[in-house]
Amino acid sequence: MSNSASRRDRPEVVINIHDAVKKYGGNTVISGLSLHINGGEFFTLLGPSGCGKTTLLRMIAGFNTIEGGDFFFNDTRINDLDPAKRNIGMVFQNYAIFPHMNVRKNVEFGLKNRNFERSKIHDQADRFLKLMQIDQLADRMPAQLSGGQQQRVALARALCIEPQVLLMDEPLSNLDAKLRVEMRTAIKEIQNHVGITTVYVTHDQEEAMAVSDRIAVMNAGVIQHVGTPKNIYQRPANVFVATFIGRSNMMEGTLRVEAGRAVVELPTGYQAVFNNVLPEELKGQKVKVCVRPEELLLENGDEGLKAVVDDCVFLGLNTHYFIHLISGEKVEVIQESTIDSIIEPGTEVRLRLNTDKANLFCEDGSRNLLAGVKNDAQDVPATAQGGVRLSAAGLASLS
Amino acid sequence: MTAMTETKRKFEVWDIITWGFLALFVLFLVYPMYGILRQSVFAADGSFTLEQFNKFFSTPYYSSTIINSFEVTIAVTAVTLLLGIPFAYFYSFYQLRGGKFLFVVSILCCMSAPFIGAYSWIMLLGRNGVITVFFRDVFGIRLPSIYGFGGILMVQALKFFPLVFVYMNGAFKSIDNTLLEASENMGCTGVNRFFSVIMQLSMPTILAASLLVFMRAFADFGTPLLIGEGYRTFPVEIYNQYLGEVGTNHNFAAAISVIAIVVTAAVFFVQKWATMKYNFSISALHPVQKRKMKGIGGALMYLFCYGLTALAFLPQLYIVYLSFRNCDGAVFKPGYSLVNYQYAMRRLLVRSINNTLIFGVVSLALIILFAILIAYLVVRRPRPLNNLIDTLSMLPYIMPGSIIGIALVIAFGSQPLALTGTMTIMVLALVIRRMPYTIRSATATLQGIPISTEEASISLGAGKLKTFLTVTTPMMANGILSGAVLSWVAIVTELSSAIILYNNRTITLTMSTYAAISRGNDGLACAFATILTALTTVSLILYLAISKSEDDIKL
Repeated sequence: MSNSASRRDRPEVVINIHDAVKKYGGNTVISGLSLHINGGEFFTLLGPSGCGKTTLLRMIAGFNTIEGGDFFFNDTRINDLDPAKRNIGMVFQNYAIFPHMNVRKNVEFGLKNRNFERSKIHDQADRFLKLMQIDQLADRMPAQLSGGQQQRVALARALCIEPQVLLMDEPLSNLDAKLRVEMRTAIKEIQNHVGITTVYVTHDQEEAMAVSDRIAVMNAGVIQHVGTPKNIYQRPANVFVATFIGRSNMMEGTLRVEAGRAVVELPTGYQAVFNNVLPEELKGQKVKVCVRPEELLLENGDEGLKAVVDDCVFLGLNTHYFIHLISGEKVEVIQESTIDSIIEPGTEVRLRLNTDKANLFCEDGSRNLLAGVKNDAQDVPATAQGGVRLSAAGLASLS
Repeated sequence: MTAMTETKRKFEVWDIITWGFLALFVLFLVYPMYGILRQSVFAADGSFTLEQFNKFFSTPYYSSTIINSFEVTIAVTAVTLLLGIPFAYFYSFYQLRGGKFLFVVSILCCMSAPFIGAYSWIMLLGRNGVITVFFRDVFGIRLPSIYGFGGILMVQALKFFPLVFVYMNGAFKSIDNTLLEASENMGCTGVNRFFSVIMQLSMPTILAASLLVFMRAFADFGTPLLIGEGYRTFPVEIYNQYLGEVGTNHNFAAAISVIAIVVTAAVFFVQKWATMKYNFSISALHPVQKRKMKGIGGALMYLFCYGLTALAFLPQLYIVYLSFRNCDGAVFKPGYSLVNYQYAMRRLLVRSINNTLIFGVVSLALIILFAILIAYLVVRRPRPLNNLIDTLSMLPYIMPGSIIGIALVIAFGSQPLALTGTMTIMVLALVIRRMPYTIRSATATLQGIPISTEEASISLGAGKLKTFLTVTTPMMANGILSGAVLSWVAIVTELSSAIILYNNRTITLTMSTYAAISRGNDGLACAFATILTALTTVSLILYLAISKSEDDIKL
């Protein structure tokens, strides 16, 4: 592999966004959003459809106007820079391969538009065709390529111009499930190899976890949590993040302070001790207890939440149990499958919480009460949903 | 999320193009239309009067033309549907041997010059037609007259049923086989399924085809002129009032034109309203498997398809045959020679061909250029002014050709913009006539191209103009080409506006043919008509050879 495609000789670009505002007509869909993306980082914007993630990406790309705030690549303000001059590589959801040009012409297109030395265009294109393992397809027309191959052409074309920043807008959403997993590994490897600052948009949380250095979880135009996949999963900043990333059982509880320890009373009267509550939150209050299915343990003794098994699903590695507490709440429990027989529906069981892993949120769900949350979001939302900033009409215009 | 909504917009080249088109449309479309309106309500002395409209509606001699036109056009539309839908059904759902051949021949029929069908039927079944004479002399039977309502109906139905055929073919192709299987699964088969599923799914297309046939038949000028005789229709009356041999009245012609436009506009909007009820689109993932034809039913299908095509096309071949017969004036004599062609050479044949080709190439180039630019403005820059351009560009769709001709004469017949008698005004009329069709197909093509392809180009460093030229335009090329070839044929065979605008210097093949027919030079007329038919046939066959599939054809 040649040097020009490796990460050493490329200056890494930091992206800074201050108080970004996006309006469609009278509707404000993003108001005062700030974000810092490190050089060489694989950064993902993750959220449900209509949350404004693609809008933000297109503002960085220059295809959406910016109604307020400042966008910086290193020290250069790019707000008024023509999209053609931002030196961005972009990969589109539908690949946007030029259907009237063959693979090589597609890849060379960007080079021909720049002051790239004519005699080197062919070699440069070859380098990236090889990197994406499509060099043998160079003379094919796009109509003769499969979805995965088109995706590789799109990526080669975007990277070939050696852009400062790589932007990807749901690049895998048109591929089938198996190819999606294969391509996301390829994308991650290439990004690692080239070392380019990358902003990636997806609504698929598993995909985001698989590729990202850091993830920004967005909802209704507001960034909820910015952090590593591990931190976002284990210590989500609020209830929205906890429920959007992975599955969560949500229970009402009451926090009491007894002898300096945080004791949480759960629905059936069961009490659990949390050792990692933030000092300033150590006070009597109603809380939301968020327990992931693998953080609930099935016990045989008298300790724990009294519950009855409704149904169970054997999935090989794990077995899922659908259970209702005797106080009525339905919960889901995942256990590693054992060689013994699975628990029959109708069986009465006891559930214990793994209090090291479970999360506590304040009553409205907007704050995590535990230590260890690492949220790099620079605009901490006012409420869990952040919905106050966005009208229903604004949401509609996003979709 | 892909819409380019912009609050603060920078000035760009497209703004100049927008204003350029507005200026062109106001000058060459709105101003001439205003001219017609003005002439219809202002008398020669400049006073306002509704006398012309009053005259039209109070005199049955005139007002009957509107009823006649309606009667015959509705009948034609109904008959074309009755012929075209079964034809398309057999073609799409059964393995019809020689189907491709039938397809090409039927296209040739509807693309022929507007009056050649009428003329050939007159040569066969007219007062001195061969068949009429044969029956009279051999059997002593007097065949019913071909002139009037029946003749117009027969000629127009045979000419326009291929429009329905091509449209319905597209609709049937887009029906997913699983829909048919599902209906069969629920016990709906055979004729029941044809009417309750297949026809319902094709309803938007049936309405679109009906509108097209209605507009074409309503505005058709050549057929009723030759074969209508006492059965007087709208376009002929306008022509007579404007250019007729006795008692022309320009104000009255203008008034009839205004009435005609109101009628076609009303039909246009009624069709749009009816189409709204069928607001769905279908596309086939699993195309229908063509079945084999069997037994008597199969034989009848073959008889229908081949019989219909033969009936529509053979009369035109008869004209070709006649063109090689010896002829002296209006009388065909035994023996074959090229005497008619030699005569044609002395009668401006070369000039006619030259003019036809030059007008065709120039008009087509302009139409394609305008269509690409307007499609881009409408689809990629959706702003009020550009929507206005879109609406204005559709105006000629509802205007019969002879009215466009008259409007141009009124607007550009005198200084400061005296264009009558020039090539410019001929090209102008052709561009105005055909542009709506090409704009429609260009707009539809561009709407099917995701904007992200252009954004990819821009993000790869190509400027807006370069992106438009190297990415947008080539991607639109296929869609435009299919429309352009058929526009070319329509331009070459244009009669209704040309008949008002042409003179000796700007005569075309179509006009030469018409002139020969009207002077009774049958041999000469057949020669001109044959050359015209050859030109359209070669164009269409070239196009079909180049294009990948016949499904691209847009009429």
